[in-house]
Amino acid sequence: MRDRPEPAGVSSAADAVEQAYRQEWAQVVATTIRVARDIQIAEDCVQEAFTAALLKWPHEGVPDRPGAWLTTVAVRNALQVHRRNATLTRKLPQLLPDDPGALPVDPSSGTVFEQLPDDRLRLIFTCCHPALAPEARVALTLRLVCGLTSVEVAKAFLVTQSTMQARITRAKKKIADAGIAYRTPDPAEFPERLTSVLDTVHLVFNEGYRPASGDLLIRADLTARALQTARMLHELLPHSAETTALLALLLLIEARRDARVDSHGEAVDLEHQDRSRWDRALIDEGLTLLAAAVRGDDAGKYTVMASLAAVHDTSAGWAQTDWAHMLALYDVLQQHWPTPVVALARAVAVSFARGPDEGLAALEPLVHDPALTTYPYLPAARADMLRRLGRVDDAAAGYREAILLTANAAEARFFQGRIDDLTARD
Amino acid sequence: MRYLMIVAVDGDPDTSDAPETSIDDWFTQLNERGQWVMGERLRPPEAATLVRVRNGETMITDETFAETKEWIAGFDILDCATLDDAIHVAATHPMARGGRIELRPFWPIDDAKA
Repeated sequence: MRDRPEPAGVSSAADAVEQAYRQEWAQVVATTIRVARDIQIAEDCVQEAFTAALLKWPHEGVPDRPGAWLTTVAVRNALQVHRRNATLTRKLPQLLPDDPGALPVDPSSGTVFEQLPDDRLRLIFTCCHPALAPEARVALTLRLVCGLTSVEVAKAFLVTQSTMQARITRAKKKIADAGIAYRTPDPAEFPERLTSVLDTVHLVFNEGYRPASGDLLIRADLTARALQTARMLHELLPHSAETTALLALLLLIEARRDARVDSHGEAVDLEHQDRSRWDRALIDEGLTLLAAAVRGDDAGKYTVMASLAAVHDTSAGWAQTDWAHMLALYDVLQQHWPTPVVALARAVAVSFARGPDEGLAALEPLVHDPALTTYPYLPAARADMLRRLGRVDDAAAGYREAILLTANAAEARFFQGRIDDLTARD
Repeated sequence: MRYLMIVAVDGDPDTSDAPETSIDDWFTQLNERGQWVMGERLRPPEAATLVRVRNGETMITDETFAETKEWIAGFDILDCATLDDAIHVAATHPMARGGRIELRPFWPIDDAKA
């Protein structure tokens, strides 16, 4: 092997490209879209730029600023496409620029003078515009902000590649046709739009942490992407309490990840988790961020949700859980953000703070809520309260209903395990 | 960009005590920003006539598009730079509370292939 070495730097250059992909993708895409004014063209050109890096860096060396190099190449490609299209006199549906005068490139060479951190905000606010359907926001964010291929996005949501491709294409078309501008929102609309962004990231995390279907208990790829995006948002909006709180929430939940699965790959509920396996470093980081968020002016639902996660993370054990504190936090959450899912979580807190019979009473109005008819955690929560009341048969019936409703095989095995425990007790 | 703003009555108005916006203020502001092209209030669906041609035959019926509790009460044509501007115009119209409003971008005439 030694006498026939590979050309110097091939593997280190490939590593550098991969690292740039992970760290710079969003910024390169975001700046290229601003210049290209067309998402599809920008995306294709960024892909070409990464290919060019793979070919050139082993020979020319890794540039000092890989992100700027990639952006320059991508922008140059985009300007060429525009020139070609201009000669064909074909009118492209163009993204509306925020400030057309501030083109950060030298048009003759395509050299990028500046990459604004703002570009990444423009990108994510555009991907999460409320005029797009929530599943389109998730798909666009994973594709354009996180850099997943459409195959990977399709896999993440267990739909076919053509379905996901169509969803992403439709979303891009709506952005161009409906006149969704490539910009960060005005101050007046900022809080509402930010909520749409934070909700999208939270949705990606939840799908990773509690996959609605499939056989896996945790999709670590999705939780990692959500955390990465939450970190990016916090870096770009350090004074936003809700953004800080979202990152805190994700860290405080992610910290328990390893303890949620036992050595056989089966689910372990919070009560039975080995808390020594919780990641202390993530918890400490989450608590520090939460403390900062609580001091902020715009503390909202994510601050309350992170506070709820912190109660568990700082409790010495299940038996020591401060359920009265949890219930008070759920009351705040339900008062300001009344959703059936919050009401369900609150009813569970009631059952621990005041007893399972009061929990059942709190659950009662939710049983006929149309939003929860296919939600497996409703019969599961009910079954758990019945189990604690010693109503074995009713509890088993509840778990059986939960099994019918879940599309996640690992979760179904968890509910079956509960039934087995109940019958073993008889 | 031009948008058709379709104003519909949906029988489910906002009953909260959030401050009312007046149609006169809405109209004044819209004109000051040069975003209003034209608009009309429409007679109710009882006055609607449906026309279609099938097999070369013109069929005329005394009905409206869809038999729902929702009906189109009027329309405006807006000229706005972005969808966000159009959303702002729609959200400040009194009927955003009294019913609901749909925004449809115009399909440019030279873009018919898309």
